Amino acid sequence: MKWLMLIALLWSGPAWAGEARPLADDPAAEARLKHLAVELRCLVCQNQTLADSNAPLAEDLRREVREMIAKDMSDKDIIDFLVARYGDFVLYRPPLKATTTLLWVGPFVLLTVGATALIITLRRRAHKVVDVPVTDEEHRRVEQLLAEGGKRS
Amino acid sequence: MNRFLLPLSIFIVVVIFLGVGLKLNPREIPSPLVGKAAPDFSQPQLYDPAKVFSPADLKGKVWLLNFWASWCSGCRTEHPVLMELAKSGEVPIYGMDYKDQHDEAMTWLKRWGNPYPVVGVDDAGRVGINYGVYGVPETYVIDKQGVIRYKQIGPLDPDTVAQKILPLVKQLESK
Amino acid sequence: MIPEIGHFALILALCVAVVQGILPIYGAAVGNSGLMAVAKPAARGQFLLVLTAFCCLGYAFAEKDFSVLYVAATSNSQLPLHYRLAAIWGAHEGSLLLWTFILTVWMFAVTLFSAHLPEATRSRILGVMGLVSVGFLLFMLTVSNPFERLIPAALDGRDLNPLLQDPGMVIHPPMLYMGYVGFSVAFAFAIAALLGGNLDAAWARWSRPWTTVAWCFLTVGIAMGSGWAYYELGWGGWWFWDPVENASFMPWLAGTALVHSLAVTDKRGGFKVWTVLLAIMAFSLSLLGTFLVRSGVLTSVHAFATDPKRGLFILVFLAIVIGGSLALYAWRAPRVGLGGSFAMVSREGMLLANNVLLVAAMGSVLLGTLYPLFLDALDLGKISVGPPYFDSVFVPLMVPALFLMGIGPLAQWKKAELPDLAKRLRWAFGVSVVTALALPFVLGTWTPLLSLGLLLAVWIVTTSVIGLRERLTHVGGHDLAGRLAAVPRSYWGMLMAHCGIAVFVVGVTMVKGFETEKDVRMNVGETATIGGYTFRFDGAQDVMGPNYTAARGTFHVSMDGREAAVLYPEKRRYPVQNQIMTEAAIDPGLLRDLYVSLGEPLDDGAWSVRLYHKPFVDWIWGGCFIMALGGVLAVSDRRYRIAWRRQEPVVPASTRTTRRKVA
Repeated sequence: MKWLMLIALLWSGPAWAGEARPLADDPAAEARLKHLAVELRCLVCQNQTLADSNAPLAEDLRREVREMIAKDMSDKDIIDFLVARYGDFVLYRPPLKATTTLLWVGPFVLLTVGATALIITLRRRAHKVVDVPVTDEEHRRVEQLLAEGGKRS
Repeated sequence: MNRFLLPLSIFIVVVIFLGVGLKLNPREIPSPLVGKAAPDFSQPQLYDPAKVFSPADLKGKVWLLNFWASWCSGCRTEHPVLMELAKSGEVPIYGMDYKDQHDEAMTWLKRWGNPYPVVGVDDAGRVGINYGVYGVPETYVIDKQGVIRYKQIGPLDPDTVAQKILPLVKQLESK
Repeated sequence: MIPEIGHFALILALCVAVVQGILPIYGAAVGNSGLMAVAKPAARGQFLLVLTAFCCLGYAFAEKDFSVLYVAATSNSQLPLHYRLAAIWGAHEGSLLLWTFILTVWMFAVTLFSAHLPEATRSRILGVMGLVSVGFLLFMLTVSNPFERLIPAALDGRDLNPLLQDPGMVIHPPMLYMGYVGFSVAFAFAIAALLGGNLDAAWARWSRPWTTVAWCFLTVGIAMGSGWAYYELGWGGWWFWDPVENASFMPWLAGTALVHSLAVTDKRGGFKVWTVLLAIMAFSLSLLGTFLVRSGVLTSVHAFATDPKRGLFILVFLAIVIGGSLALYAWRAPRVGLGGSFAMVSREGMLLANNVLLVAAMGSVLLGTLYPLFLDALDLGKISVGPPYFDSVFVPLMVPALFLMGIGPLAQWKKAELPDLAKRLRWAFGVSVVTALALPFVLGTWTPLLSLGLLLAVWIVTTSVIGLRERLTHVGGHDLAGRLAAVPRSYWGMLMAHCGIAVFVVGVTMVKGFETEKDVRMNVGETATIGGYTFRFDGAQDVMGPNYTAARGTFHVSMDGREAAVLYPEKRRYPVQNQIMTEAAIDPGLLRDLYVSLGEPLDDGAWSVRLYHKPFVDWIWGGCFIMALGGVLAVSDRRYRIAWRRQEPVVPASTRTTRRKVA
């Protein structure tokens, strides 16, 4: 009922309400929080960032981070604070260490190996294959197969 | 070597890892605090909020710190184990009531029994964050020098107590 | 009674699948055409049996038969009918039935469109698919039976997870599975060719349309899943690099590589060994995805309820199917011939370079997804690999791929000259660079990624235009319309798919560069402005849904005093599972989405509200649909249609099954 009355009031009068206030007291600090929280993992959730999660622990951790931002701590200090308590697991961007080297260089090793293999194979191939008009012949055969199909079996 | 065997080899390695992975629990996160000094705190006590509970008071003792809450179902599961352990007198268990309502926590302990000599209150979950708690119940074994030696994630069960906690406590006591 | 019929149909299907998996392959090996002839009726019979099982489960849901455990676990008497039917694939057991059903649908399709294949080949293909089906049917019948009874019956069901109660969820899983399982056809073709030792250009020609169709389904399926995450999860993201998303993305990358590699094999007869490996890989990755989602080895937002017994079953199955095919590959591949020659700088060379990039990207996704598991298994600690990692390795791999996409289609087959290509492409390059540099300034902000994204998108479109223009001058025809019609559909399909990528890139770039969001506390009547749009909150009312209660907010959105939209975001409560769902309201548009989601009620009737202005976000999914449409266009090309039609007069006498006209 309260709703209906409020809405009725709203419609009857002129637009009297003003600009909505931001949820956070300090939007700049909130932006920094968001910037940090999207790279942090909510520990209790299945697989969500601290920014997206509504779990109570995630809310507590956001509060902690907000306080640290208010104390003007650097991003590194804030992240160190969390890693000291929860380990590297909280970081969605794994730090480069001995154990994660393969993770970080892997993709580029893969690319290099792939590219090298391709170039070597193509070179070697160019020597091996004598350019005979294989293709036209093959294509005729394909067409023939498609046409005759089952007879071959 | 036959280079056509390469895909098969890679696949076999992956399958072995996946097989090992079946036995692992991806939700259990080991604590980096094991082997480090237990974070300090001074929290009001549940039964007497005027008094404080602080690990500094327990220097020289081997003790367990158990994070629990009346709203947590895992705590209910492990409670009989804690009661048993407390009765045995092998090691004192100190409680930390994590993000709970005062009255509900009192009722809960009254109803199911109180294994703790002292229960601290962590209203805002700050102590929990300092200890890296991410879901109650969690239990820490702390040695005479105030260093965390073991962290149990999730409810304690009789096996863990008999095979891990008690031998560790004995070993720490003898040092 | 009906569930028992379903259960029985599955048991019969298993028997048929065993027969289908053994006799035709053996028959093909010894040249016994009687045994080979079993394949077709067996596949069709299996299709009918699994269809029966599927309908029985659907009936149990429609009739609210809560004496079936699966029905009781995933639906509720209050759940509307369309969601009850979608609940068939709402959890593990039923989605597995869907998987198997779709596998038999593909089998059935193979029996329809394979009359032009040699009988031995067809028998082997259907045999391999039968063997895959044996695994899935066994899996269902042993540890995941959807027809298991609950005695005594539940009074009411535990309801479908509210996250899945969404129209997108009704079509997303079938589409996705059509893609996943569709790769089983290309896989079966590859295995059949390896078994028969006839890995030739004809094999590539046959595989192409099947692969492309599966790829289209997968593209649409993934796009729909991403769209679902965007509006249903309520925080405005569209891709999270979650293990389950990666599980669908890896087969897509492998499948995309396969589509291109098949072109080389079809045209030049080359790189068969590589193409056949890709065909095995695409399906293997689909199976791996099934394992990852259902075994609980990784944590994910969308993982099914897990059970280690099931995990073990799929792992063993995986090891047999993939291990077996890779062993067969290692044994047979060395004997495959080389095919025709081509230079490094040529259409073929570029297609293969694109392959290297796509496979490297696929490998990176696989590495990132499994790396936490590797470390944990070696007891080296737990880490999380999330979006920041994937973004930083994926972008550098995709940039050259997109750049090549512009050049490749213009390069000649066999041998192309770089200076000639540069000359033909200089206009496209100039236009792209100028647009990429100028447009961000016109729009107001400049970042390197913004420029890069626009550069690549414009590059793809302009090079496509040049390619089409050159093509038009070559084909015969009196007027423009005639010449346009003379361009083969496969060419149009390729252009379209590539332009779909460009549209997608524009979407991603613009959203990342220009999206804005606001978290505000809104009282009734208050306004907030974002992206030039003014949102006025007109209060929230309680509404009743069929199986939920909700607070529904009303927002009037206006721009320059004119009303643009009225949005009704909801905060729903589903009582059965006691879950709160945020139902965002979106006003979609070609150039922007307006997105409102209700947070929490605050005091005095105020709400915390999150507002987003997302420019070009719909281009992300639009691009995917255009890609898929391109695939459809390519498959409708003349040469495939001719191939289908030709089967009619040439059905061999030895085939005793019914003849069908398909074209």
